[in-house]
Amino acid sequence: MPPPKPRVGELLAKKAGRKLGVPVVAAHRAVLSQPMDWKNLPKVLFPNNPKAQEILGKDMMSRAACFWATNCIRGCSIRANFQSTTVLLPPALATGNLDIITDAMVREVVLDDSGKATGVHYIDKVTRRDAIAKARVVILAASTCETSRILLNSKSRDKAGLANSSGQVGLNLMDSVGTRLGAHIPAMEDLPPMNEDGAGGLHTYVPWWLVNEHAKLGFARGYHIEMGGGRQMPEVKNFGYLDSTSPGVYGRKLKEEARRYYGAQFGFSGRGEMLPNKDCYSELDPNVVDQWGIPVLRFHWKWSDHEIKQAEHMQQSFAAMIEGMGGKAKPLSGADAIQRPGEIIHEVGTARMGYKAAESVANQYCQTWDVKNLFLMDGSVLPSNPDKNPTLTILALAWRSSEWLMEEMKRGNI
Amino acid sequence: MSESSPISRRNALKGLLSGAAGAAAVPAIAAPNHTEPAPPAHPSRFVFHDPDFMQPLKFPWEKLLSAEELATTQALADLILPKDETSPAASEVGVPDFINEWVSADYPAHQEDRETLRGGLGWLNTESFKRFSKRFEELGVDQQSQIADDICDAAKAKPEHHVGAVFFKRFRQLCVGGYYSHSQTWKSLGYVGNISIGGPYPGVLPEVIEKLGLQDVV
Repeated sequence: MPPPKPRVGELLAKKAGRKLGVPVVAAHRAVLSQPMDWKNLPKVLFPNNPKAQEILGKDMMSRAACFWATNCIRGCSIRANFQSTTVLLPPALATGNLDIITDAMVREVVLDDSGKATGVHYIDKVTRRDAIAKARVVILAASTCETSRILLNSKSRDKAGLANSSGQVGLNLMDSVGTRLGAHIPAMEDLPPMNEDGAGGLHTYVPWWLVNEHAKLGFARGYHIEMGGGRQMPEVKNFGYLDSTSPGVYGRKLKEEARRYYGAQFGFSGRGEMLPNKDCYSELDPNVVDQWGIPVLRFHWKWSDHEIKQAEHMQQSFAAMIEGMGGKAKPLSGADAIQRPGEIIHEVGTARMGYKAAESVANQYCQTWDVKNLFLMDGSVLPSNPDKNPTLTILALAWRSSEWLMEEMKRGNI
Repeated sequence: MSESSPISRRNALKGLLSGAAGAAAVPAIAAPNHTEPAPPAHPSRFVFHDPDFMQPLKFPWEKLLSAEELATTQALADLILPKDETSPAASEVGVPDFINEWVSADYPAHQEDRETLRGGLGWLNTESFKRFSKRFEELGVDQQSQIADDICDAAKAKPEHHVGAVFFKRFRQLCVGGYYSHSQTWKSLGYVGNISIGGPYPGVLPEVIEKLGLQDVV
């Protein structure tokens, strides 16, 4: 689908990037810029499956193109923005094959004597009653850390936890490397009012552009740059700029300056690939349980030099872009700029996939090596953290794994 | 890629599980390599991004400012953001009420604001009595401005006005934030979004592209 046109700050960034050799390109986000091709897409996605085609065709037809208003983060009532709750679940429910049990806090995976998974033991959070959901196949997709927490808490056969013969469950925890830098851009002052809501987030971004330069850079992996600013819907916290542009001002003049400088802020943030390391892992806390009596995880973390240097490079790149746009940049050192582990909320790892059972928890189809009918279909299986936000990778892996699982079930292997 | 937004997707989906760590903790599984302790919890944890579901706050909360405090708040808010040709006065869009709700919240950062604002409102009335034998809200705009001029710029305020200056800075931030987050002020500010548009997103105005010399990157 065609991406939305850039806003003024994004065009200024593109211009600055050209001089610096930093490519600013269209960001194709999961927001529909035009209606979906509901006549043809379902056939491509589900060949030889008329029922799926019908359900998906109807669903795609009912999704509207973006109307460039309302905050995506607060949910999209016309379903132009992708959310699993509004986009994936309704057609799945329409198959009649899905039951959703909400408020179910899973304690552990239940096994039979042969070691096959037979379901999950959960607590109904409303009534606080224990229950078991029986299953032919158990797929954990509880979000990275919760998935490994369930595995570690499933100790009926092995004190080390379920699917953990490799000892890898809980290890290799990663998040994206994140830093940000913003500034006042005088060229954006006092422009005629323009509707800059757009698709509720960035329209342009910078893919990693120095892939052949790693030997010189001193860190192993790359990052992408996101950007934003301008005339966003005013929120309580958006007016910090007046502290620096207009100290001592009040009355009518304050309103004039608020108008003049509103929308002249622009900033960059990086999302970088982190390498797994032995110091970043989670484990069960032996002393703390949650209100359901389920042991919680505790986390250990230490950035390696790769991430700190990458963060430093981000800051220097952002500063160059800001200066190129005519602003004054105050970049931080990598160690000061890097955001806290977990802040970027791209937790992945802790049950990595791999080629060998001795070194990984799951195979390439997210099937655990130890329990044939137990699958992990979330970020927990990622062996490294891509610089891209991981959701689409997780969805793609889950899709591929689900198709493989169906074939295996048809063949009678599971 | 939505994490560049000030409000991230973390929101209601993530809760940090809190709990006192016991002594002589023995890992349930063998740790590969023990390192220094994990970093402490985020010192300025923001409840909207990272709510603590184990200790939910009650909502709505009781508003704490007295009628006198609110009257002073209204007078100062309208001095900072008075009515003009294109936009209403702060009190016309409920800024005093907004500030009352803000400072009454039980979040740690808001508790700090409560102390700063209540102390500052008291300081303002004391100063007003010293100079004019009246409460601040009973003064005319000229008299109010005499006090405001002494505290509106913390970098230039005299030492004896320091408390007032710290208060004024935070008060102005909250005042402006409450004011411009109200939809009645948006047009005057120059925010023209929040309306639905059919078809493609229109992009940048042609005169702006020309003014900023952006023709070659459109």
